Amino acid sequence: MLAYVVRRILYAIPILVGINVVTFALFFLVNTPDDMARMQLGQKRVTPEAIQKWKAERGYDKPLFYNQGSLTDTIFFEKSVRLFAFDFGRAEDNRDIASEIRARMGPSLALAIPVFLVGLAVNITFALGMAFFRATYLDFWGVVLCVAMMSISALFYIIGGQYLISKLWHLVPISGYAGGVDAAKFVVLPALIGVVGGIGAGSRWYRTLFLEEMTRDYVRTARAKGLAETSVMFRHVLKNAMIPILTGVVAVIPLLFMGSLLSESFFGIPGLGSYTIDAIQAQDFAVVRAMVFIGSVLYILGLLLTDLSYTLVDPRVRLD
Amino acid sequence: MRIVLICLVFLAGCGEVWNDPYPASERGQNILYSAFIERPKHLDPVQSYTEDEAKFTQQVYEPPLQYHYLKRPYELVPLTALEVPRPRSIQGGKFTVYEVRIRPGIKYQPHPAFVEENFSLPAGRINALRTPYELPLGTRELSADDYIYQIKRLAHPKLHSPILGLMNEYIVGLEDFAKELKQQKEPGWLDLRQFPLKGVERVDAHTFRVTLKGSYPQFVYWLAMPFFAPVPWEAEKFFAQPGMEPKNFTLDWWPVGTGAYMLTENNPNARMVLQRNPNFRGEAYPAQGDPGDREAGLLADAGKTMPFIDKVVFAREKEGIPYWNKFLQGYFDSSAIPSDTFDQAVRVSIEGEAGLTPEMEARGIQLRTSVDTTILYLGFNWLDATVGGQMGGSSAERARKLRQAISIAVDWEEFISIFLNGRGLVGQDPLAPGIFGQREGREGINPLTHEWRNGAARRRPVEEARKLLAEAGYPDGRDAKTGEPLVLYLDTVGRGPGDKPRFDWWRRQFAKLAIQLEIRDSDWNRYQEKIRKGSQQLYILGWNADYPDPENFLFLLHGPQSRVKSQGENTSNYVNPEFDALFERMKNIPNSAERQRLIDRMVEVARRDAPWLWGYHPKTYGLTHAWMQNGKPNNMARNNLKYLRVDVAKREEMRAAWNRPVIWPAVLIFLLVVASAIPAVLAYRRRERMAARPA
Repeated sequence: MLAYVVRRILYAIPILVGINVVTFALFFLVNTPDDMARMQLGQKRVTPEAIQKWKAERGYDKPLFYNQGSLTDTIFFEKSVRLFAFDFGRAEDNRDIASEIRARMGPSLALAIPVFLVGLAVNITFALGMAFFRATYLDFWGVVLCVAMMSISALFYIIGGQYLISKLWHLVPISGYAGGVDAAKFVVLPALIGVVGGIGAGSRWYRTLFLEEMTRDYVRTARAKGLAETSVMFRHVLKNAMIPILTGVVAVIPLLFMGSLLSESFFGIPGLGSYTIDAIQAQDFAVVRAMVFIGSVLYILGLLLTDLSYTLVDPRVRLD
Repeated sequence: MRIVLICLVFLAGCGEVWNDPYPASERGQNILYSAFIERPKHLDPVQSYTEDEAKFTQQVYEPPLQYHYLKRPYELVPLTALEVPRPRSIQGGKFTVYEVRIRPGIKYQPHPAFVEENFSLPAGRINALRTPYELPLGTRELSADDYIYQIKRLAHPKLHSPILGLMNEYIVGLEDFAKELKQQKEPGWLDLRQFPLKGVERVDAHTFRVTLKGSYPQFVYWLAMPFFAPVPWEAEKFFAQPGMEPKNFTLDWWPVGTGAYMLTENNPNARMVLQRNPNFRGEAYPAQGDPGDREAGLLADAGKTMPFIDKVVFAREKEGIPYWNKFLQGYFDSSAIPSDTFDQAVRVSIEGEAGLTPEMEARGIQLRTSVDTTILYLGFNWLDATVGGQMGGSSAERARKLRQAISIAVDWEEFISIFLNGRGLVGQDPLAPGIFGQREGREGINPLTHEWRNGAARRRPVEEARKLLAEAGYPDGRDAKTGEPLVLYLDTVGRGPGDKPRFDWWRRQFAKLAIQLEIRDSDWNRYQEKIRKGSQQLYILGWNADYPDPENFLFLLHGPQSRVKSQGENTSNYVNPEFDALFERMKNIPNSAERQRLIDRMVEVARRDAPWLWGYHPKTYGLTHAWMQNGKPNNMARNNLKYLRVDVAKREEMRAAWNRPVIWPAVLIFLLVVASAIPAVLAYRRRERMAARPA
């Protein structure tokens, strides 16, 4: 297994280089270093000298990819190599990116973990219920509800939730964030909305998995030997449906660090999702590059964890 | 379920609000709650130049002068200076000297930079800090040297002062000083005290002198901006220690000043906190104001020592809906009015008077309006062959009549009504209201586009525009010689599908003259690039005044400051020798009848040439809760927090009344969820008890 892990890590290097090249090319396709300088220096009284000075200080006065026979004396090389040592440098507003990421990881996880765990539990429970009552009116209306919930925009859940729960009923703050235990009162509403907003798609997907398992021979055997339906569902169906569930779930776990772009903005949660949005709006290439890189690393890590988890839930799987 | 219900009933019985976003420890305290949308980029007074940043920097830093809080037109008054310095011309007008005398005894806020032992902190100590204020704090008296140090910082090679280029033109020796500093390659702190700057000299501990080349009467306005606020050398030395920057401990993020407040919490992602500076000398609330200020209660605190508020909490609120709702719940003390909720907050009478809706009035909310010292205009590129003015002869005359025709046809009154909910004043010339030289009423209308009827300015009929268009050689919107339809191109910055109504409106305005308008929508960077290169034909832009002087608007049409030729602020690249000559005379004389005469003529020339459609001046509508007092909009300065007062008891009372938790819907939803599970439970039980079916 160790050899497999090492091989996968080595495979990740060219993937990360490729992602870096694409991010770099896309960013500079729509922004020039001059644009970045103007964005940072403001719109009033910006002289060409000030722009040149800003670029020179940050190394943006060099060619993008190729510099008279050299590939290393370029913006791409200088900005990318350090990333592989997880040295993210400083944002264009001169704040340390690593410090920002560390500070924002907590708020992102404070929202993402409850949404993930509670959402998983609720979705599986709801899906098991629909599978249990398959082909009855409960199953039918459950699926209709899921389709309806899937069809509603996430923005509607957010605005509707804020309106009802915060504005009309005054049960929790409408937005904001505080550290420690106080975070709970700010996270409860976005987490609830995140869970409710995910029920439709999640439950339908898990229901399909459970129904597929329920047609297998071992389920018929379990019933034939007189097991109660709940035992069949929880001890056999759920356990065997874990492999496809893990495929989706484990890959997502590392990405929880990246936060939620929409929820964090609307609920004023200072996490990594809103950090990324702010950086894109401010044309802060240093932050965009760092966040894309971290996202890619976490995604690759998630896929690796998924593969490893297969061996835990299915003894037939061997990683060579 | 029983437990949940008991908990809900118990919590409801507590009588407390549940949706308070602030810590319980802050309840009942003398705190002002505000919001910020954009995170500030710079809090260093030498670099900071945006309103988002000024709301923090101007509470902390104190330049020598400030604007009178209540009087309009805006009037400069001393802040740390003893008086507003008067220019003194020397060497037959070759140079002008401003001598600034600082009030003795002013102390800096408590800061670790004023403690000697904090200059050599071990790396581990710095790394363990959460804020610089965890270190031992000290202070010292403000001196003239700190102002001199800051003026030198304008030329610091590692800093980007947006006004360095401008000041190089005026402050004697600054350009050479900047070149000298560029040669310094030593890493670490650059002690600017070692480098003399010819045009800035120390007279004594509380007096310094700035020598300018020639005459620049507007310089005195710059003395009211943070660019000229004092910075102690100790602060630069303190933050230059190794290990400070990786912790984001820099002067750019932790300002050090003498102002009424000090920034004690700096989390631009979520919350910024200003606390009363315990060393603040105290300043008396103004005893005089405009007519009506006394009746509005704005002089109730006259003569009392400021600041009145102990702490100001700024929460980051990126989205408009939560911001607005938190204001209505009483968690923000003031708010602007988002366009989406304008009708909910304001009703406009048939006479055009804006007032609050009954819902807002019932909450005791107050509406304050002001006209911004800003202009938003549609410009013609003077270099363009169709609408420009550089062709000479009959072509220039044709283009002038075309511009005049468009000036009449575009109905800015309608634009303001449709897209701004009436929040704007139609521009009649480049000058914003309240600026010296701008005339109001009948005298102030642009006779080309408006006429005075029934006591008000009315736009001229579109028939006059069509006549001018025909004289321009485009009868019915077609070239008289070729018969080709006239097509014009408007460059704008697109913000998404929501722009379509606005674009349609623009097309309709030009269609009145049968002119086809093509809208070229691009992102801000490309848009700026077009203007830099002069490849736009028509474009929309705005200007927000730096200071309340006509020079700061009229220079936007000054030929030598053409964007294409000199990267100046004249984005239309407008050139008129008469206008330019008048500008050179006007900018160097104080406000007087002579200056008014020059401005009148400049405005007349500009109106005739019509390089812009004069657009509109936005109106700011601000809402404040009944418990907030002394609020008066000030477009020139943002150091308003020290003037404000909050009735904390009233706020607590209103918050409690407005935010009583309503729990029955939650209980009902819970019961519905439980009830919806009953059929499933029943079906499960039925199935479990069912006998085996016969084979």
